[in-house]
Amino acid sequence: MKGLPMREDDLQAYVDDRLDPVRRAEVDDWLVAHPLEAARLRSYRKQNKALQALFAPVLDEPLPEALKVARPQAKPKGMGLLRMAAMLAAVGLGSVLGWTLRGEVQLVQARNEAVAPAQLPALQMATVATADTGLARRAAVAHAVYSPDVRRPVEIGADQEDQLVAWLSKRLGSNLKPPKLGRLGYELIGGRLLPGDKGPVAQFMYHDASGKRLTLYVSRETGDDKETAFQFSEIGPIGVFFWVDRGVGYAISAGADKAELAQVAVTVHEQLRLP
Amino acid sequence: MDDSIKPNEDIGACIPRLRRYARALLGVRGEADDLVQDTLERAWRKLHLWRRDTELRPWLFSIMHNIFIDQRRRAPEETVSLDEHALEFPVAPAQERMMEMVDLESALRMLPAEQREVILLVGLEQLAYKDVAVALGIPVGTVMSRLSRGRERLRELMEGRQRVVALKVVK
Repeated sequence: MKGLPMREDDLQAYVDDRLDPVRRAEVDDWLVAHPLEAARLRSYRKQNKALQALFAPVLDEPLPEALKVARPQAKPKGMGLLRMAAMLAAVGLGSVLGWTLRGEVQLVQARNEAVAPAQLPALQMATVATADTGLARRAAVAHAVYSPDVRRPVEIGADQEDQLVAWLSKRLGSNLKPPKLGRLGYELIGGRLLPGDKGPVAQFMYHDASGKRLTLYVSRETGDDKETAFQFSEIGPIGVFFWVDRGVGYAISAGADKAELAQVAVTVHEQLRLP
Repeated sequence: MDDSIKPNEDIGACIPRLRRYARALLGVRGEADDLVQDTLERAWRKLHLWRRDTELRPWLFSIMHNIFIDQRRRAPEETVSLDEHALEFPVAPAQERMMEMVDLESALRMLPAEQREVILLVGLEQLAYKDVAVALGIPVGTVMSRLSRGRERLRELMEGRQRVVALKVVK
């Protein structure tokens, strides 16, 4: 036999057309005398072709919204805190980011936007971790599951608000009252308890005069004492405004735009701070 | 920084192939796109760690691999998604071909993840063996042995199923 003895690696590389022409010719010769091996390699080549045929259509699919993210801007390193605060205050429009306490700009999720309502100076410097986007997703899912429910959107209705407050407060281990959003045209329907990642989660549901529903998701699952800026994310048709304050995650979900949800977020933030 | 290198745009150009690989790896569209999104977020955050004299694609696949591994570690029990049978692939022209492909899809799912990754990076993404080694953080020799075992396993699975069908026919 010519050349080196045949090794399995050569045969695999033959399947993938990664041999130099000399070696490839040697394998070709060798296969003539080894029909079973030839059949095996033909089958592997078929696997490659079949894999490509099977998954090629994915390449042509339009990108889902969540992946059509804005690219992060150039990294403004060493930016002064004052300037950052000024920029942050001017955001809302910004296509970007969360700010770390170290003063570095960090990408969170490009479609999340850090928003700094002028009324909330305490939240202007905040740590944002990617885990927070999990909060938004879970809140959006809970919203999507329960808000269309006509007959039983909540477990305890607003007509039994005392009972609702007592029950959710007990289960969450802290005093939790549904915020009043009447000023913004939203009336409380009631609430329910949901399983979260690390414990129970409360969901309050509201509706406006047109019947549009809005949910507030309150979760202790973030654990530590961290805080984040207000962030906005769109998950499918649902807009989610969310933040973490003293280790408690809040997320407001509705089929509403950012401006409207921001108003609700500010109101909720004013009224609802778990001790 | 070399102005001719625009990593942001390059990353953007890689998204369709990252999606294709993730879909093949996980099977379920939603999960696959979540994996791609996590990969992109981490890539942009860690772009300063990418060595510009190396290729971008293996680096991106290595990020995806690490996230994939982390997620599996966190949820070690394989769960079968209800969506498994509702995979969204455009209809193939011939019925016969479709049957074969459904078989390939389920055979892929039965492979150990480490073999599936190698087979897909080599056979689907056509990465060079050394780039697969970089992406998965393993020696080239390990790539080759997983490739060999994985391909043979895939063949057995697909042919095995045909034998079962044949046995049913015989009375």
